[in-house]
Amino acid sequence: MKAAVIVFPGSNRERDAVAALEAASGTKPHLVWHRDTELPKVDLILVPGGFSYGDYLRSGAMAAHSPIMREVKARADQGVRVLGICNGFQIITEAGLLPGALMRNAKLKFICRTVHLRVENTDSPFTAKYRKGQIVRYPVAHGDGNYWTDAETVKRLDGEGQVAFRYVSDEGDAAPRWNRNDWNPNGSLDNIAGIFNAKRTVLGLMPHPEDAVSAFHGNTDGKPMFDGLVEALS
Amino acid sequence: MTTAQQPAVSLEMAREFGLSEGEYNNALEILGRQPTYTELGIISVMWSEHCSYKSSKKWLMTLPTTGPQVICGPGENAGVVDAGDGDAIIFKMESHNHPSYIEPFQGAATGVGGILRDVFTMGARPIANMNALRFGAPEHPKTRHLVSGVVAGIAHYGNCVGVPTVGGETNFHPAYNGNILVNAMTVGVAKADRIFYSAAAGVGNPVVYVGSKTGRDGIHGATMASAEFSEDSEEKRPTVQVGDPFTEKLLIEACLELMETDAIVAIQDMGAAGLTSSSVEMAGKGGLGIELVLDDVPMREEGMTPYEIMLSESQERMLIILKPGREEVAKAIFDKWELDFAVIGTLTDTGKLVIKMHGQTWCDMPIAPVSNASPLYDRPWEPTPAAAELEDAVRVLPADKTLGDILEKIMACPDQASKRWIWEQYDSLVNGDTRFMSGQADAGVVRLPGQSKGIAVTTDCTPRYCLADPVRGGAQAVAEAYRNLSAVGALPLAVTDNMNFGNPEKPRIMGQFVGAIQGMADACRALDFPVVSGNVSLYNETNGEAILPTPAIGAVGLLPDAMIAVGIAFKNEGDTILLVGEGTGHLGQSLYLREILGREDGPPPPVDLAVERRNGEFVRGLIAEGLVVSSHDIQDGGLLVTVAEMAMAGGIGANLSGLDGADAGTLFGEDQGRYVLAVRADKAATVQEKAKAAGVPVSVLGKTNGTALTGRGGEAITIARLKAANEAWLPGYMAAAE
Repeated sequence: MKAAVIVFPGSNRERDAVAALEAASGTKPHLVWHRDTELPKVDLILVPGGFSYGDYLRSGAMAAHSPIMREVKARADQGVRVLGICNGFQIITEAGLLPGALMRNAKLKFICRTVHLRVENTDSPFTAKYRKGQIVRYPVAHGDGNYWTDAETVKRLDGEGQVAFRYVSDEGDAAPRWNRNDWNPNGSLDNIAGIFNAKRTVLGLMPHPEDAVSAFHGNTDGKPMFDGLVEALS
Repeated sequence: MTTAQQPAVSLEMAREFGLSEGEYNNALEILGRQPTYTELGIISVMWSEHCSYKSSKKWLMTLPTTGPQVICGPGENAGVVDAGDGDAIIFKMESHNHPSYIEPFQGAATGVGGILRDVFTMGARPIANMNALRFGAPEHPKTRHLVSGVVAGIAHYGNCVGVPTVGGETNFHPAYNGNILVNAMTVGVAKADRIFYSAAAGVGNPVVYVGSKTGRDGIHGATMASAEFSEDSEEKRPTVQVGDPFTEKLLIEACLELMETDAIVAIQDMGAAGLTSSSVEMAGKGGLGIELVLDDVPMREEGMTPYEIMLSESQERMLIILKPGREEVAKAIFDKWELDFAVIGTLTDTGKLVIKMHGQTWCDMPIAPVSNASPLYDRPWEPTPAAAELEDAVRVLPADKTLGDILEKIMACPDQASKRWIWEQYDSLVNGDTRFMSGQADAGVVRLPGQSKGIAVTTDCTPRYCLADPVRGGAQAVAEAYRNLSAVGALPLAVTDNMNFGNPEKPRIMGQFVGAIQGMADACRALDFPVVSGNVSLYNETNGEAILPTPAIGAVGLLPDAMIAVGIAFKNEGDTILLVGEGTGHLGQSLYLREILGREDGPPPPVDLAVERRNGEFVRGLIAEGLVVSSHDIQDGGLLVTVAEMAMAGGIGANLSGLDGADAGTLFGEDQGRYVLAVRADKAATVQEKAKAAGVPVSVLGKTNGTALTGRGGEAITIARLKAANEAWLPGYMAAAE
């Protein structure tokens, strides 16, 4: 699998992403600067976490208009897989690759902790190595992870299998809906932690699978995502 | 504007700028004339306590600063130690106390920004942040607002620049009601043969300004930090700078990229006293002169005067001396990162600081005479009287309380309660190199990028000990740092000190400073733990009320492999729990005494440095051999609190049969040099044999078991109960105002 990691001014989790990709695929991904206008031929584009443009204006809003994003959108249209993590989720959502918006956390504070997620759909190269309904632990580290969209869209996301991950309790409980329970770190709509596009070729999620891929991290729950991508895209 | 339009200089004005009459006369003598307004401003910041260390230097010189591991000791932007294999660790801790009290969010944020710059200025990529915070009494009307603002400010800055905040400490005490302490520490890694220093060299070499534009913020910040506060301190809010972590992140990347080239001769960040300090220090260290043309300084505001430009403390700026002809190489890098880049002057052989603007000269004064004449005081000081020993009866547990009630109360007190509400606001994981962060181990542990080698980082100080006995308190702070590093298995390398005290012009306060330094020096010597960098913050007083003496110690240790590091959590049922070291049941200045008996008296625990060293070496040896499952040093709250923390972290209880009949001294005494370890049951005998051979007292406390602390009369104290008490206080307190 060949991958590209996009770097914006203010990206800060690109090294984590590179390490996870390299460990899974054995190949160093390309680092692509935001002002570039062309992407190498790759199977996966990863938009990493951080504070692109310092989160000024609105998280992801400025980066979504960086020159490279035109190319990312064009490749996504051709079916190249795109993975947006944290700020990357915010950027690809601002860029229109995914519906909805990421608002300030309900408690208005940045939060870094390990959360429990339920894998909602395994019919994608991102999630194929998980079991449907499996509870996994990923860390979160964000201030703007409160996913929101209109009622009709959320119904569609749910119905079409576009919800990838939901925040749940350690026992897998996501009900009741619209809640702001402690296991949902940001108050997101319907406990949504990550969503696919309609073709499930694009995944955006707030938690960080790339920081949970080794014994060193004390958590390997993120590894199947990268292994699954390598298996599907090699 | 002409020179004539500069305000006239007088003794009154010098006083307003913080100079004494003697200092002003000295300036007149050196220059042989009246200084200009700009010159007076420059002299006043150079001679401020904050920049000159005039009250503290005499005593700082007595600290040990050398050792085979030291590459660069105090005097540069940060200290540098050898981490083997060509790697160097660069670190420093620095205070931002006064600004954080006035404007907690920006004050704390720019504190983090400043310390990061001190470290990456020397060529290091920052890999870990820590912070040591002291707030006033929880019931004080300002405390909640200050906690909220400071924590959000640190999070705002540290999270955005992508440096994990892996630990720290937070205390509350009424003595900090009017002067909180915000001490921030950064640790970075560089190649030992690629370290950058600040001494300018090469007459004619270009002086380059990079980073943010200069505005009117923070003018005379260094002077503010060199005086006591009064009721009207909030009027000083305009002297607090505003931070932009996004620009800092770009500046880190751009500077590190430039450092990969051979373009740099010297580099220095613009911290306190901005362009003044950086230009004077760089030229001064190189024995050269410097000529600046301020028209070329990138400015954020119109109509700034030379005085304002020289004294501005606008953030995220660096001054670089480039090799001749390298301007284009350097500019291309800063253009890529969209940062300002301007050649603003040249090095000269005159030994003078010359400042030009609008075709006029605003400052023309010799650097060395002014720097060297920077006053040094041997301030009068009084030793702190020894506290009376406690009566023996204090060791008897109160009959009207169960042990569970006592332990629960200590676990829930503000100093002991979980600080999760704070550290969950910090990104502790960015870079993917964090092994242990707050709450998981006695020190934060991160690995070096791309390596298995790790470092451990800790910050320590027990101010209540320092108030009762500054010498013991100073030694204890160093010993505790040594112990916290040893407890995770790291070899202690070196120390950075952040000396926070009251007004040094008062002999009682100066005595606290002198005592703390003496204790620290003794401990650093005995433990081969030299001081390689530091910072002094004096005048932490409001309306004459001083803070507790707070010599905060930051320290770094080395792990050959970060994976060998051991955390505090109990991991398995049936592990044997061992006590390393022994105590006399010392309750003076203990949390038990304060929280349960309502007393803050007695002497702090004595520190036996030979025992500290022996026990530390023993524990590190066991960890290196893979014999230790869980490890925690005994500190605030004593033995039972230590075991409770290990149980809460692992969700596994303990049967403490070894504590049958124990009194308050044994359970809650804060004797130093001790550790609690959990080892696999089949290794306990091996560990005890090794202890015997090493002459280290080791006793069996019991075994890990169940979901409660049991033993000692059959009372079971559940982990759930302790956890609820420990976790509830801070979030409950912070939510109370909402």
